[in-house]
Amino acid sequence: MSEQLIAPAAELVNRFESWVKPDTRPGYQGTIIDLEHLVEFARVARDEFSYDYLSSVTGVDYFPEDKMEVVYHAYKMTGGPALIFKAQTSRTDSVVPSLVSIYPGAEFQEREAWDLLGIRFSGHPDLRRILMWEGFAGHPLRKDWKEAYFEEEVKPFKNRWPDGHAVRSEDKNPYGDNVAYPSDFDPDNWVTDADRSLYDLLKKIQQEGDGMKTDRIIVNMGPQHPSTHGVFRMVVVLEGETVVELKPVMGYLHRNHEKIGERNTYLQNIPFTDRLDYISSMSNNFGYVLAVEKLMNIKPPERADYLRVMMAELTRISSHIMSTGFLLNDLGAYFTPALYALEERELILDIFEAVSGSRMMCNYFRFGGVARDLPEGILEKVRELAFDRLPRKIEELDAYLTENEILRTRCEGVGILTAEQATAFSTSGPTLRASGVPYDIRRADPYSIYDRLDFDVVTGTKGDVYDRYLVRIEEMRQSCNILRQVVRDIPGGLIQTGKPVYQVRVPAGESYGRVEGPKGELGYYILSNGKPNPVRYHVRAPSFINLTSLAEMCRGGKVADAVVILGAMDIVLGEVDR
Amino acid sequence: MNGLGILKGLGVTLKHFINTYIEDIRWHGKLYGTEKGLKFRTSGDVKGVFTVQYPEEKLPMPEEFRFIPFLVYEEDANGEKDYRCTSCGICAKVCPPQCIWIFRANDPNTGRPIPSPADFFIDIDICMNCGLCAEYCPFDAIKMDHDFEMAAYERLEHNIYNLEKLGKPLSYYADIRPVNYKREETIRAEKEAAKAVGKKAGAETSG
Repeated sequence: MSEQLIAPAAELVNRFESWVKPDTRPGYQGTIIDLEHLVEFARVARDEFSYDYLSSVTGVDYFPEDKMEVVYHAYKMTGGPALIFKAQTSRTDSVVPSLVSIYPGAEFQEREAWDLLGIRFSGHPDLRRILMWEGFAGHPLRKDWKEAYFEEEVKPFKNRWPDGHAVRSEDKNPYGDNVAYPSDFDPDNWVTDADRSLYDLLKKIQQEGDGMKTDRIIVNMGPQHPSTHGVFRMVVVLEGETVVELKPVMGYLHRNHEKIGERNTYLQNIPFTDRLDYISSMSNNFGYVLAVEKLMNIKPPERADYLRVMMAELTRISSHIMSTGFLLNDLGAYFTPALYALEERELILDIFEAVSGSRMMCNYFRFGGVARDLPEGILEKVRELAFDRLPRKIEELDAYLTENEILRTRCEGVGILTAEQATAFSTSGPTLRASGVPYDIRRADPYSIYDRLDFDVVTGTKGDVYDRYLVRIEEMRQSCNILRQVVRDIPGGLIQTGKPVYQVRVPAGESYGRVEGPKGELGYYILSNGKPNPVRYHVRAPSFINLTSLAEMCRGGKVADAVVILGAMDIVLGEVDR
Repeated sequence: MNGLGILKGLGVTLKHFINTYIEDIRWHGKLYGTEKGLKFRTSGDVKGVFTVQYPEEKLPMPEEFRFIPFLVYEEDANGEKDYRCTSCGICAKVCPPQCIWIFRANDPNTGRPIPSPADFFIDIDICMNCGLCAEYCPFDAIKMDHDFEMAAYERLEHNIYNLEKLGKPLSYYADIRPVNYKREETIRAEKEAAKAVGKKAGAETSG
């Protein structure tokens, strides 16, 4: 497997034989690059070998060894396997050259690695914390960092059985409340300067005008703002009504999903992935399960594969239709289109509820299969949706909205991202495809049974908000098309390989599993050492990485356009903040 | 073109509005509060109102619907509760938020553990309703409930469920999940039969 992955990049690796060495640890893939040549390697990989899309950047802490590793996954926009390369540094003084100059899409991911793992990226234009707040003590994803109410390194915790007595975490707190302060801390008189670095940065931009004294102002949109789809903040520098500069601020919903994931056993992580992008939990399950299955080297039975694809496509429709509805909310058509969209979503959620037991937190996928078979009558319901109801309703939405003059005037030519920019910023999903890049993981790097399904990869031409809307509408049609094929061809048989076990054995090694989620490329990087819990569990969240391009799209537009651009990007804060 | 789009959009809402009344008349007032009407309103064929008049009427729950777990017990002839739980601890180990605490019972004479729980706690504030405990229980002893209306005025006392509060009779389980119940009982019966045959065979060879 590892040889296969390296093969297309063999020429690239051979060229720099002296400072590129293959990663020979068992179960590992890719190559390790010397720190001083990392940028050069990336430049050659991008310019001469067309690995122009940096999908994922993440760090791994090899505590107690004094080693920190940064793992990069780069892809070609024409499809094919990843170029995996790594850079190693020490734990005590972790510095790695930044790749933002080569791949602008690395900006937020490197900031995240700095924030959570304490890896400094030299040459990064804006290396501030991103999910935690400025002034936070420590880097939470380091293995020696312990959270409040820390119990044990890994689950299951020992005091649950055989002598389990219920204990509330808050009872353990001497203050009797849910918070703990150091003794010298007075919350009433505490003044934060957490945002000073951010405002200083923006003030610099303010002064860089054309020499004239202008009245640019800094406006905070959010975190409590109806247009931000959750707790998300955009700090905008305005000149009149025009956006000069914009910085997204996030992390208000941060719960350190990855740390929780590293405490969990492999199986326990599945219900937690539901809570990432809570609109499309089935897709989240899919990516995680694929990554672990790659490590375990198992394949689900045919029927399970069909069921998975059926659920993933239903999820895509429900997510896209909601995003379309709520885009109209952002445009000012308050709730009529959104409720029309929610009606269809309701019917899809009914199916999820009957199949998995829950409407949103589905927890349906298992390693080597799915949790349970379709109950009686559900296949007929899916058939009715795929053949009749959904196509009819998508056409209805299309007829009402696509030619609507308000929608067109507000969306056309707004938030333009060219194909080159979209690729460079590592955007994915409808945002990338609307810019004219026909990149869909279901086609470019097929997983499950997508290689035998017939569907079109939808692209736009101009890369504006209107194109993103059109791509979503057309993708829903394609999903209906896939659903029709799945309903027609679904075979009988088993839904699980082997016996379902609660403690799966995952061999040591690393894997990166990715799926084309409704929001974009959803990737899971998993590192196992053969024990019941993952050593490293990283989520490449599409909503989060798509935000890297937000400033670029908003610059020069109006404030009202920023709202629409954010709406068309379709972020879910559960996934952005993790 | 100017203004036409707005009129067209308003027309859509108007059509929806009128459809609601047409449907009401067609159903002779039986669209609300009847099972048939509810089923129609939540199906793909509906043209008018889509909503449900909760709490007067409730959506029918699919069998697989899952909420807070409960422990299944069988009642014997003199009304004693016989919990199926053997306190093996698999549910506590598989629980993602670790909200299950089991206190294993010991034999009062020998002090050795016996396969039954002395007490069983679930903190329903923490429970994430994932259903893994029910899925991996080898004794069909812990199951997911259908009752989701559990609001309480007080959380500290009310929301930690003990054995008493968690226990529900087997008949209740058979009632909320008939298909699963039937399937599981057949498997259990088969296992029992196989065990009995094995015992008999063992007795014969040893005798």
